[in-house]
Amino acid sequence: MAEAFNFELVSPERLLVSEKVTEVVIPATLGEMTVLANHAPTMTTIKPGVVSVKLASGQVNKYVVFGGFADILPTGCTLLAESAVPVSELTHATLQKRIETTQAEINHAQNDEHKTKLEQFLAELTHLNGVVNPA
Amino acid sequence: MPSLKDLKNRIASVKATQKITKAMKMVAAAKLRRAQEAAEAARPYAERMTKVLAGLSAANAGNAEAPLLLSGTGKDQVHLLIVATGERGLAGGFNSSIIRLARDHALKLLAQGKTVKILTVGRKGNDILRRTFRENIVDYVTFREVKQLGFAQADEVAQKVLALYNAGEFDIATLFYARFQSVISQVATASQIIPAKFETTEPAIASSALYEYEPSEEEILEDLLPKNVAIQIFRALLENNASFYGAQMSAMDNATRNAGDMINKLTLSYNRQRQAQITKELIEIISGAEAL
Repeated sequence: MAEAFNFELVSPERLLVSEKVTEVVIPATLGEMTVLANHAPTMTTIKPGVVSVKLASGQVNKYVVFGGFADILPTGCTLLAESAVPVSELTHATLQKRIETTQAEINHAQNDEHKTKLEQFLAELTHLNGVVNPA
Repeated sequence: MPSLKDLKNRIASVKATQKITKAMKMVAAAKLRRAQEAAEAARPYAERMTKVLAGLSAANAGNAEAPLLLSGTGKDQVHLLIVATGERGLAGGFNSSIIRLARDHALKLLAQGKTVKILTVGRKGNDILRRTFRENIVDYVTFREVKQLGFAQADEVAQKVLALYNAGEFDIATLFYARFQSVISQVATASQIIPAKFETTEPAIASSALYEYEPSEEEILEDLLPKNVAIQIFRALLENNASFYGAQMSAMDNATRNAGDMINKLTLSYNRQRQAQITKELIEIISGAEAL
């Protein structure tokens, strides 16, 4: 049995998860990373993607997050997501809507830097769409 | 002396008013609970955010290249006041106490020769501040159509503020809202959000130096600071919302009680007058009979 640690998934609106877990996979900006107990203290930003949480009981829960950052300490891990929903509650329509708004934002972007960022975001969203809702 | 019929009408009208205030009180109570829950649910995020940022900014304190949102523009000439009020009235001193605080602040700044710009959130604040500071109001946001206050609305305000800041339109931003203390007490509060200010209640985390940052510290800071502005605004909006319903509830409770007192008083004088009239009629009949 792997060692358990505290994991919290927080969005501005509410606290989604606060539980003992053994393993969390986080879509960090520089690539996915798996957090186990006694991880070195790390701070990372996250990109839109799926967070999969393995509870101490062995059950695996998945959540879709849209950007944010994670604060990892040896004793626990806190994920501050801009918005987060359990995978089961995410519908194709909401994702599609987000993709469309991002696209609209790209058209209004003032400078290139901002535009690149948005385009990257869009690419991630589209990728996510493929993962969550396999056609 | 009002006639019996007048009194009866007045009692009926006060009763109708009492029914309305009672209903409003109950609606406010129900909404208050929801608003309070939302405000409490938002707390962990805001707290963690502040903690993380406080650690990061402490590490970046001496850095000359720190993002402008953290270090400020180095001037304090132009002030932006973000005044968040309710969309509706009938909530006791809720709106007026926030507005009074903002107005005093604005007048003080103006007296010091600073430039004041105002962004109002909520219809009530806009209506009232427009009278005194017509030319100072730069923007106005209303959530009249919004049923459930979400992060998206706060983000909308934050984007406006950040756009102004990036355009060099102001140096310091202060947010005015009512902090929810309890159902009967809401405190109008001013808090500076740009440049970011942290109350360092606990000594800066010593372990922050051991952190690994992915990507670099600066990039994370640059990413987080705008988010922090949105979070602060979101938190203020939620607190405001809860305060509004709290204030409305106690205001309506008072109104209901006052209406009850008034009904009692009116009923008493109604009954007295009726009694007087009956007595008068009896006297008339008796004296008429005696005269025969």
